[in-house]
Amino acid sequence: MTGSTIEVNGLTKRFGDRLAVDDLRFTVRPGVVTGFLGPNGAGKTTTLRMLLGLVRPTSGTATFDGRAYRELEAPLRTVGTALEAASFHPGRSGRDHLRVLAAAAGLPDARVDAALETTGMTEAGRRRVGGYSLGMRQRLGLSAALLGDPGVLVLDEPINGLDPEGIRWIRGFLRALAAEGRTVLISSHLLTEVQQTVDEVVIISRGRIVRQGPLDVLEARPAVLVDAPDRAALAAALAAAGLESTAREAGLAVLDVDAEHVGAIAHAAGVPLRLLQPESGGIEDVFFQLTESEYGAEPAATDAGTGATTAVTA
Amino acid sequence: MIRAIASEWRKLTTTRMWWGLGIVLIGYVGFTAAMFAGLFGAVAAGLIGADAAGMNGSPIPEAVLPSLVYSTVTAVGYVIPLILGTLSVTAEVRHRTLTPTFLATPSRPTVLVAKLVVMVGAGAALGVAGLVAAMGIGGGTLAALGIDPQFAVADTWWLAARVALAMGVWAAVGVGVGSLIQNQIAAVVVVIAFTQFVEPILRLGAAFWEPAAQVGRFLPGAAGDALVGSSIYTMVAVGPATVEALAWWQGGLVLAAYAVVAAAAGWATAWRRDVT
Repeated sequence: MTGSTIEVNGLTKRFGDRLAVDDLRFTVRPGVVTGFLGPNGAGKTTTLRMLLGLVRPTSGTATFDGRAYRELEAPLRTVGTALEAASFHPGRSGRDHLRVLAAAAGLPDARVDAALETTGMTEAGRRRVGGYSLGMRQRLGLSAALLGDPGVLVLDEPINGLDPEGIRWIRGFLRALAAEGRTVLISSHLLTEVQQTVDEVVIISRGRIVRQGPLDVLEARPAVLVDAPDRAALAAALAAAGLESTAREAGLAVLDVDAEHVGAIAHAAGVPLRLLQPESGGIEDVFFQLTESEYGAEPAATDAGTGATTAVTA
Repeated sequence: MIRAIASEWRKLTTTRMWWGLGIVLIGYVGFTAAMFAGLFGAVAAGLIGADAAGMNGSPIPEAVLPSLVYSTVTAVGYVIPLILGTLSVTAEVRHRTLTPTFLATPSRPTVLVAKLVVMVGAGAALGVAGLVAAMGIGGGTLAALGIDPQFAVADTWWLAARVALAMGVWAAVGVGVGSLIQNQIAAVVVVIAFTQFVEPILRLGAAFWEPAAQVGRFLPGAAGDALVGSSIYTMVAVGPATVEALAWWQGGLVLAAYAVVAAAAGWATAWRRDVT
């Protein structure tokens, strides 16, 4: 089993005046789990819907081994998708929901039962979806994705709503699917949720890529938290030295530098400091730093990363 | 296309909607047919004076009574397949199941055509259920009053076939309406308002002026009645304008044209939108 390679090339979507997705470019390879990360509203779902032919891109393309979703001869056997937990008719049983899809894909009912079995939904599948918990809907969505035994899996927030046991199970399951050579793309707004599952990350904020590459591009990044009574002067001094800083409650966060360097800049500019603290550079901190501008003024990093090694601060 | 049709058929048969509407149809048509058969039958049999029944001394002839009673399936019941067809589209919008539908069948025209095909079948099946009620209860009532229910006459079964066909085409019109007006509540309100108020008023008004009556023949309800060839509304037609109704096949084509035009308009507008 070798999954297709997903190629996203210049994908852009404009809703009226709002640029929801801005010139995304990334590749999702088979054999690994790729996390598609960003805060809520960053454009993840819109991107996935464009990838699957549900939303028409303003420009750009998204392909599976060079073919758009709509051009696939057997879409459910090529790409398995779980987009949102609510896409079921409440009056239809879980099993019948899958049977409807199986008929459209020319798959036998045996595949339906196998998919339900895999996700532990054999019992619940006989009941109407209206009575399902969020976790059961997630499992049913995953069953639907697995229906055609596809080489590619595209899952939107698959861990959301699962209980701890379910989370442990799906992590192992996704890793196993990738180990078989499948292409696995999962989205999440929480890095910690997928940190133990993903090999590669594509991080977006405000519709633009802020970082992509192996998970460790997020790790071991020195950061410094610095503050001065005259914070504006400090920010100006850092900017003059070519460093971008992000305002936080406790001070200014600066990525990719050590404390000594920041101290020297402040000293040279004649700005007295009241705080100069090396940060652990924890992966979650970095993630927040990359994406927190979502609700702030200007993005800390606007560099549409073209590779794993692209520095965030230009 | 075959697969999309199979999928649509499963969608129809795996929720309780179809038999819920089926029961409503059977109850409604059965009651109406029994009432007509009982009232007009009693008048024709001389059990009630025609004047007492408010019919101005002109009872409906025994010979046409059975077809009048059996055509209540479409005369009062056509709104049921129309709603079934409408819901086949709007329910997918409402429950956001267009997402899995289009993931499984990315060609959206294929999905729309499959819905039309399945709904013609489902509407005809509703028609058969309604005919069982109308011919069973209404025909039984006529027989009890000593009036021949005409089950042995070929024309009766030819009428039944046209009734089933009309019910199928009405369901297809519903698919067109639903694909054009995707909001479920709005679509159902439009269907009820048009079939119960707007069109009856238009047809009644058109009957008083010849040129309007010419156009009125092409209203969907009038075309549907022409296809069946018998309806309580044509029986009690009022007004001075005398315009020949459409032939049954013309009525069928006009009604089918409504379905196709509405579906095509829906396809050109709402059906192509982003599914979010």
